[in-house]
Amino acid sequence: MNNALFESLLRLGDNTLVIGHRVSEWCGVAPVLEEDIALANMALDLIGQTQMWLGLAADVEGEGRSADDLAMLRDVWDFRNVLLVEQPNGDFGQTIMRQYLFDQFHLLQLQHLTQSTEDRIAAIAQKAVKEVTYHVDRSRDTVVALGDGTEESNRRMQAALTKLWPYIGEMFAADAIDLEMATAGVIPDPASLRADYDAATRVVFADAVLTPPAGDFAHGGGKTGFRHSEHLGHLLTQMQWLQRAYPGARW
Amino acid sequence: MTVSVAQVWQWLDEVPDPEIPVISVVDLGIVRDVKWDNETLELAVTPTYSGCPATRVIAMDIETALRDHGLSDIRIKTRISPPWTTDWLTESGRAKLEEYGIAPPSPAGGPEKCPQCGSGNLSKISQFGSTPCKAHWRCDDCLEPFDYFKCL
Repeated sequence: MNNALFESLLRLGDNTLVIGHRVSEWCGVAPVLEEDIALANMALDLIGQTQMWLGLAADVEGEGRSADDLAMLRDVWDFRNVLLVEQPNGDFGQTIMRQYLFDQFHLLQLQHLTQSTEDRIAAIAQKAVKEVTYHVDRSRDTVVALGDGTEESNRRMQAALTKLWPYIGEMFAADAIDLEMATAGVIPDPASLRADYDAATRVVFADAVLTPPAGDFAHGGGKTGFRHSEHLGHLLTQMQWLQRAYPGARW
Repeated sequence: MTVSVAQVWQWLDEVPDPEIPVISVVDLGIVRDVKWDNETLELAVTPTYSGCPATRVIAMDIETALRDHGLSDIRIKTRISPPWTTDWLTESGRAKLEEYGIAPPSPAGGPEKCPQCGSGNLSKISQFGSTPCKAHWRCDDCLEPFDYFKCL
């Protein structure tokens, strides 16, 4: 098994799985019906992409596990998502801010992955990039609408940006696995996406009348699995309980 | 009994999309290939959206329809590349959508006209609608809300 490839696929699939699950937590309780539907649809896209990434990860691993096994039967320390996506929903503004910060990264990442030297990765990216282009349009516009909205909505969006700011850096921090895969042309070096990300987000924050905090301290440990935040364990107890309580249960 | 590929396409054109039953799976452009591999009929189907729950139902509906026509050795493959695009909707599919009250996709990024009254005076209610493939719009003349089939 190509371990770096397997790890890279887990990172891709765990990002979409965990944020997809987080977004799905709004289903039925979003502030307005249109947003409820929009969030549920985005969660659906992200979980669909997860099936492809983790399905390929399972193939690459070659030990007979399925995408479902990887999603439902791994524990916290086996997950390889960045810390940003496991952060709690907070209020609606914080959810939308988290979504925009991830979507913008996700779009740049997928645009590069469409050129991957690994054909199966390029094929999944070509499918997903269309969906994520749409996600960014929406999360960006909503960040601007709420940031440049009322005094209260601006206050909440600023609080969300300040809270989530230290989780941005991890998305661009490259480790030995990233560099091995980047050298082989399988994935982009995450650090190489940072300039485009900063350029895009700077415009959006300005339009949204938001001030990015000073400093570039970044939490880490999610994508390497070294140390997740406490929140991921709570998320997994919800997401995985059925397969844990009734192993092998099927519809 | 040998059934021609053309005949199979005709049968598939009678299988409705489970979410939008006025158009067939062929109108939707998701059946990409039909061929015989010895005794086995092999189909390639491309999903619309990655997470669309209709995808599995569609594969089941296709298999059921072909079995009803007497075929039993059927293999349905999911093909994700090249990715599905609304450009693959057939002309008749687009016309049927509009007649049903769903504005067909338009490269302009929004519906051309209201499927009820034909007015171009429209506003977007939400980027997402009742299924992953649709957005929600409203006509500002006749005031009817309607679904718009997103351009992908």
